[in-house]
Amino acid sequence: MTTRTSPVLVAIAALIFLFLVAPLVIIVGASLSDTTYLAFPPRGLTLRWFWNIFEIEAFRSTAITSFQLAVLGTTLSLLIGIPAAYALNRYRVELPKWLSTVYVLPILVPEIVFGFSLMKSVSVELGVSIFPSLLIGHALLVLPYSVRVVSASLASFDFSVEEAAISLGSPPLKTFFTVVLPNIRSGVIAAFILAFITSINDVSVSVFLTGPGISTLPIQLLAYMQQFFDPTLASVSVLLMIVTVAVMAVVEATLGLTFLTK
Amino acid sequence: MTVSLEINSITAHYGTTRVLEDLSLRVGAGELVSLLGASGCGKTTTLRLVAGFLAPTSGTISLGGRDITRVPAHRRDIGLVFQNYALFPHLSVRDNVAFGLKQRGMAPAERAAKADAMLERVGLSALAERYPSELSGGQKQRVALARALVIEPPLLMFDEPLSNLDAKLRIDMRVEIRQLQRANGTTSVYVTHDQEEAFSISDRVAIMHEGRIMQFDTPEELYQRPANAFVARFVGFENLIPMRVVARNGDMVTAEAPGGVALDFSQSRFGAIPDDFVLATRADGLAVTADPQAKGIPATLGLRTYLGRAYQYQCGTGAGHLIANGSLATPLSSGSSARLVPVPEQCCVLKPERI
Repeated sequence: MTTRTSPVLVAIAALIFLFLVAPLVIIVGASLSDTTYLAFPPRGLTLRWFWNIFEIEAFRSTAITSFQLAVLGTTLSLLIGIPAAYALNRYRVELPKWLSTVYVLPILVPEIVFGFSLMKSVSVELGVSIFPSLLIGHALLVLPYSVRVVSASLASFDFSVEEAAISLGSPPLKTFFTVVLPNIRSGVIAAFILAFITSINDVSVSVFLTGPGISTLPIQLLAYMQQFFDPTLASVSVLLMIVTVAVMAVVEATLGLTFLTK
Repeated sequence: MTVSLEINSITAHYGTTRVLEDLSLRVGAGELVSLLGASGCGKTTTLRLVAGFLAPTSGTISLGGRDITRVPAHRRDIGLVFQNYALFPHLSVRDNVAFGLKQRGMAPAERAAKADAMLERVGLSALAERYPSELSGGQKQRVALARALVIEPPLLMFDEPLSNLDAKLRIDMRVEIRQLQRANGTTSVYVTHDQEEAFSISDRVAIMHEGRIMQFDTPEELYQRPANAFVARFVGFENLIPMRVVARNGDMVTAEAPGGVALDFSQSRFGAIPDDFVLATRADGLAVTADPQAKGIPATLGLRTYLGRAYQYQCGTGAGHLIANGSLATPLSSGSSARLVPVPEQCCVLKPERI
């Protein structure tokens, strides 16, 4: 049996693909343009805008901050999210239904509102300094991904497996690490990646929490764009793309990307 | 190492619902006892209390004379076999079986050898390297059994272990479970809702209903001499006829069924008969006869069905709707009058209660 494909369907699919890929092609092109403004198609080819990134101290330091925030914030969110997801699934019957909704509130609340209220409470009222405030903001921002994705993994985990391990003499905490965690590993990795990408791209929450001397890469990009409109913007974007693709390639090679759709 | 399990007046609440009510049960050393009942009767709760996954509101549980009521589940040394197998998906068959040995600090080589020996006993040597997802249901349950047995637990517990298998395999597996249990002499508790399974596999069966044990006895006793109306109905006594004694003459007691017919009962056969009692029989225990002189309950016959060994009739009587069997030699037509004669060997006298 062969699958019949309608030419109309193929055309629509091609258009959608074009729509998704074209902006990326334009950015790559613009980043290579030997002009002092963003231009596509590129006029002349140069890599100097990529070098420019490393020459601008603000890009270097904010890239490091962004990376630190993404790693620490995501890790923090998983440290809260994994136990929360475990409890929500393990004690689904006993716990009130609304409790799982609490963990997705950061997605439900408009990010601007979320960022503003964090600034008011954490930075202003509590007087927490800039980096810890950003860390709290990012951890909370990505917490829904940690809880939901790990939850999805746990939903298909049979908790009698855990009881079997305990009955065979494995203490509950040890059982969590040796039996439960290995079986939800793909969910934890998926959660990490989604949370990491969300954190590293965030503007609306970070913009309220950054301050003198500390900023994130997307915020720095915005600030840079207000003053300069040269291809450095495009080359930073291309670098971010390369990093994302590299992460995905590593994941694909080790786990397969199919787990993301599970 | 054979020990007895003692459950002493356990009460368990789940929120505000009382799941178990003052339940006591003693499983002798080396004995296999089934907890039998419909879902929600408390049988699984009892098993989970003994396993240590739930704590009782009051009462104690002791194993081999040692009070384990407050011992955490992982230190109870109880082998468990689950309905859905509960194998470790991320471990090979061998590592699944060796898991309990690893917790006991056994060296890798030694535990692999012991796991392999146990796998051989359940006929799965060839599959030691496989993962649970590559096994059939029957194979998975064998691995689960091997995993529970290899730690040589003083108590083995089964929670509906065969419910997910097909009918043929279920019968093979229960024979296998019984043989392994006998060979090891492991004290066992077996939870099931399947009467045939419970009766065929157990030394004794506790029939449970609404958090209480209705009767705890050998399968033979339960089947032939149910102690109360609930158990009688449970083991297939279709007819429960309320009776009232009208005359006593030494050993013989004459009692009247609703509808007016008087029947005679021998107390040497049925034991002391109270003034009000319930006569319980299966359809086989009520013989249908067309003879109007027979000493039986007058009935109007309804639908007749063919059972192979007899005809079965739905009967309308003064004592309500009864089910009785009649001989194949003389089929009677629907609507005709007949008498239903109790067969003493197949009748039970039960105390009256709400039935």
